[in-house]
Amino acid sequence: MKQTSKERARKPARVPIKVSPQISAKLAKRFAPVKMVSPAQMTSVKFRLEPKVLVKIHDQMIRARLLEERLIRMYKQSDGYFWIGGPGEEAFNIPLGMQIKKGKGVNFDFMHLHYRSTAIMLALGMNPADAMRQMKNTSTDPFSGGRNFANHYSKREWNVIPVTSTIETQYQTAIGTGIAQRRNGGDSITIVNGGDAGTAEGDFASCLIWASRPGFELPILIIVTNNQWGISTPASTQHGEAHVADRGKAFNIKTATIDGNDVETSWFAIREAMEYVRKERKPFLLEARVSRLYGHSSATGASYIKEESDNLTIFENKLEAAGVMTRKGMDELREKYTAELLETSQQVRQEPQPDPSTIYDFTYFGQKGRYW
Amino acid sequence: MANMAQAIRMALHYGEEKFNVTDIFGEDVGPPLGGVFTVTQGLKNTWNSPLDERGIIGAAMGLAFAGSHPVAEIQFCDYIYNTIDLLKLAGNQCWASNGDWPVPMTVMTPVGSGIRGSIYHSHSFDATMTHIPGWKIVMPSNPYDAYGLMLACLKDQNPTMFLKPKALLRVKGGEQIPGEPDLTPEGERELKEMIDMPVDPEKRAKWKPRFPRGLSDPGFELGKGNIVRPGEHVTVVSYGRTLPICVQAADQLLQEGVSAEVIDLRTLWPYDWQMISDSIRKTGRAVFVNEDTEVTNFGEHLIRRTVEEHFYDLEARPKLIAGAFTPGVGLADSLEMASVPQLSGITDGIREVAQERA
Repeated sequence: MKQTSKERARKPARVPIKVSPQISAKLAKRFAPVKMVSPAQMTSVKFRLEPKVLVKIHDQMIRARLLEERLIRMYKQSDGYFWIGGPGEEAFNIPLGMQIKKGKGVNFDFMHLHYRSTAIMLALGMNPADAMRQMKNTSTDPFSGGRNFANHYSKREWNVIPVTSTIETQYQTAIGTGIAQRRNGGDSITIVNGGDAGTAEGDFASCLIWASRPGFELPILIIVTNNQWGISTPASTQHGEAHVADRGKAFNIKTATIDGNDVETSWFAIREAMEYVRKERKPFLLEARVSRLYGHSSATGASYIKEESDNLTIFENKLEAAGVMTRKGMDELREKYTAELLETSQQVRQEPQPDPSTIYDFTYFGQKGRYW
Repeated sequence: MANMAQAIRMALHYGEEKFNVTDIFGEDVGPPLGGVFTVTQGLKNTWNSPLDERGIIGAAMGLAFAGSHPVAEIQFCDYIYNTIDLLKLAGNQCWASNGDWPVPMTVMTPVGSGIRGSIYHSHSFDATMTHIPGWKIVMPSNPYDAYGLMLACLKDQNPTMFLKPKALLRVKGGEQIPGEPDLTPEGERELKEMIDMPVDPEKRAKWKPRFPRGLSDPGFELGKGNIVRPGEHVTVVSYGRTLPICVQAADQLLQEGVSAEVIDLRTLWPYDWQMISDSIRKTGRAVFVNEDTEVTNFGEHLIRRTVEEHFYDLEARPKLIAGAFTPGVGLADSLEMASVPQLSGITDGIREVAQERA
């Protein structure tokens, strides 16, 4: 049957790959999506976390999702040139953000993040308007002053190293803050995250090697959020390792591969990994299997991919089944945040663009104007 | 009478003591070797890294983010090329964060020809490095400047690139570093005993460095050149290995009645345009000398600016004397000599510009 253009647009970006039946079966097992179960089908849901923590996580997750969706809309309404972000990683990133020791300097956690970390920043306390300012590249963008893409956060006050578009270099800079924190002692750690495709870069190997030098191990929580894609290329066609985390084993690094679409699995895996790194002052490689709900970026359409597991839906169904929250309550929350974010985006739209005379500013620290 | 290797070593020691330099690292930088050119012997905060240039630059950036001022070495600049995107990142992090993040770090790497280093130990790096904004780039031509420039780098809040002209690392200086023993043969021996690790393995095992106690900071400012030979007829701008050759050429040409003003740029970026500009306005003639390959050479930028800003001051065509645009520097003596500027070529070039009829 012939498809209409609208139908084609709705079709997920994924392209089926031809592999042998044997490999196909193996891959299906490795990359099987989390099964979606409706609240009515859930006979008994028991949470380990306190209800108030669950409600807080949900609150942050829905804000993160709606913020990303607002950013996508801004892009599609020409209020930005490019969108890239992390819808689909909230169930992992909110629990991560909530357990970070936030502050400035070596006594606090350092974050070397990639461009799918909006949920982490929100959990740390980011004002959603600031993410919109970066999308709209206004002069009020506190992360880059209108110089960088959406989701390229930077905040010295919170030890958030500037996010870069160069895939995987964050695993290199993490080495340095790790060295400083090893020397400093205490319980602060370095946290680095990135995607699975980027682990093919040598920078990932550098991080494993430098973090595990005998007698000089570094307190780095090395995270890979594995969405099984590198733009349009399936991981299964490029990676022979069963799990990315397995690569840590060769360096005697403690590892785990978890379902990052499940809130509690993520929460406790992050807690355990963090406790280990904080106490033992050694690295931990944590691979979280996550979804990529809106594709790679605006370059691939940024449309919702219904075949992917939606961690927010999974979590909301569980919350409802367990009686922690009601559908009505969650719907009201969604409506409230949707309205708030819309209003904020309208305000941000009015804010000024950067003054072109500032192009040379801060080439050097503290310097303004043309310097040569 | 310290040589350049000793001068840099003393500067790094001073940095450890006064500027809280807690990490000086790279391949073979720490004990037992102390650097392939002995520059980091006897320093207390040196350590050996994995053989991973990208890791070295990344680690330095991270240490800088954490508030340290690390000194990272790439053993030869020939091996720095796989770190280019990290160098670019180090140079743009302050700008990209709209001034929020300083990146105070120093990278040092030996550059250029002069040791018959063949294809992968003879590269220059100034042409490539000056294409990367956000860095301050220095290249000394003598031990005193090496000492002062290194201290200036260690005090800076930005990424600094210290290019070590490897051909000059063993050349002794004529100017006393504040605190070093007297510039006499006795003083030279004394300094050697104090800070050069013995070659004999038994002595080496027991050796402890004694850095001069009176070392102090001469207060170099990055971005300032130095007129090493005042002159009237032609301006010669150079740095690093070719600078002393330019001085030699100027001294020879003076016998012929040609008065060349030789400027040691010292800082390649940001460079002392005021000094160059004033000199060209005076002489009306300019020669730029370095040994990096001639195409998209840093000297070409200086010529472009010279033409744009001094076109009506010029009495002759400006000239670039630089390395041949070849894929490498060949090992044979004849090949290396033909690849990078030598005294005769520099002398001829300066004379040509000085004597061209207006």
